[in-house]
Amino acid sequence: MSWEVVIGLEVHTQINTATKAFCGCSTAFGSEPNSQTCPVCLGMPGQLPVLNGLAVDKSILTGLAINADINLESKFDRKNYFYPDLPKGYQITQFTVPLVENGYLDIPTKSGEEKRIGITRIHMEEDAGKSMHEGLDGVSHIDLNRSGVPLMEIVSEPDMRSADEAIAYLKQLHQLILFLDVSGANMEMGQFRCDANVSVHRPGTPFGTRAELKNLNSFRFIKQAIEYEVNRQIELIEDGGEVVQETRLYDSVLGESRSMRSKEEAHDYRYFPEPDLPPLRVYQQQVDTIRAGMPELPGQLRRRFETEYGLSPYDADVLTQTRALAGWYEALVAAHASDPKRCANWLANELLGRLKELGKDIEASPVSAHRLAGLLDRIADSTISGKIAKDVLDAMLECSDDADAIIEAKGLKQVSDSGAIDAIIESVMAANPDQLAGYRAGKDKLMGFFVGQVMKASRGQANPGMVNARLGVLLKG
Amino acid sequence: MDIDVKKVAMLARIRLTDSEADELGPQLGSILGYIEKLSEVNTDGVMPTAHPHDAAMPLRANIVTNSNRREALQAVAPNVLSGLYVVPKVIE
Repeated sequence: MSWEVVIGLEVHTQINTATKAFCGCSTAFGSEPNSQTCPVCLGMPGQLPVLNGLAVDKSILTGLAINADINLESKFDRKNYFYPDLPKGYQITQFTVPLVENGYLDIPTKSGEEKRIGITRIHMEEDAGKSMHEGLDGVSHIDLNRSGVPLMEIVSEPDMRSADEAIAYLKQLHQLILFLDVSGANMEMGQFRCDANVSVHRPGTPFGTRAELKNLNSFRFIKQAIEYEVNRQIELIEDGGEVVQETRLYDSVLGESRSMRSKEEAHDYRYFPEPDLPPLRVYQQQVDTIRAGMPELPGQLRRRFETEYGLSPYDADVLTQTRALAGWYEALVAAHASDPKRCANWLANELLGRLKELGKDIEASPVSAHRLAGLLDRIADSTISGKIAKDVLDAMLECSDDADAIIEAKGLKQVSDSGAIDAIIESVMAANPDQLAGYRAGKDKLMGFFVGQVMKASRGQANPGMVNARLGVLLKG
Repeated sequence: MDIDVKKVAMLARIRLTDSEADELGPQLGSILGYIEKLSEVNTDGVMPTAHPHDAAMPLRANIVTNSNRREALQAVAPNVLSGLYVVPKVIE
């Protein structure tokens, strides 16, 4: 009898406001340690928190994008625990009544069908500071610049049944958050972090006891950690053991997890209402305004690219990975409207590939959409072949000249003069009498050989369509 | 009302002797017993009170208002090094 895997995910994502959740300190990343702190985020006695309004709006926007209910009145609570990177001794969070509840995301699955993953809630809270232990003897170092940075905790239902589904959900959520511009969502910088609750059970029986995997910070490690945990639990149960509810830390170097027993006692968080903050009230009008300003979401954009520009689902998916890329594509289409598919091919296959080698995002592309359109225009009017155009694109990445100037300077114009092409063909035929005889004796495959030779002799500049047509005539003799 | 004084003390990081715990147990118990009276009141149909004042939360504009006052703020810290707070090691 097989095992069924049950996974629920908690994602903590930093909200990309300029200031912290409850004070006027900057949230800039990478500043001098402890240079962005004040009595509020240091937990000094008598200081009062005041919530950042933009963090609320961004949380509402996220809630609307996952089709959730926005609670017009929500509350804040204190979650109590002791740790040096939490100066107040409690985290301000939303426990009993969160701002956002009952949403969902549809994720792609292997079968091609979409699967709906429930999102229980999104609550607002504050980040802790950063502890550093490495290379230190008997002490830890604390930087509290991150203390009080606003977070959304996005809690899914236990709706995922494999590590692959968990990753599909996380990627979908990550992309959505970037589109909404509610978080930088940089995983290496800790702006998008995931905890996974994993259990196994026999289908048709109640869920098994779950273990919580903490602080997973790359899609690859999340998949590895979940797969490791699933195998650990199955082996444990099949050997007659029992899964205990615990927090486990995944070590990506060793490829295994270990129990964090010390966390167990600390799990008694003694939540109680935050007396320093009255209830958070938002207004329906405010929610409606935020909804009206919602950008086009990845799924909508994908479908529009397929229908409006005739793109394949694959190309539409590639070009909607980020808002910047989708915008770049549309700027390209605006400048080269005659062939949206050519635009997609050249952006997705040629430019993005070259940018990747240069380690650059589309935002930092040395070639603008307008310049690339200029190159595509020359393909469209047969001034150059697609093959030559790739060389021109290489050159464009290294200078600021437009395609026309490069084609002119390098003498790359395609030869479409039938007299000139015939002359090249004649010389190729004269230089290869054996192949010519073979072709005339019925070896049709040699056509390819002649096309190649003619293109080579013309340094790639002969119009391929004309070469084929003229060869067809001249080879026959 | 019976409470685990030692556990509460541990969670609050307060060190108690056995005699202190014995003394505090009944005191805390009587406070909780007093609060317990509230559960005798019929609260059917009454909205939970989130906050004693019937006020909505004022919100802050997303504008940086604090500058770097690290030196002054760290003046009260027992131990700092290169701008970092130094604390006893906190990881196993």
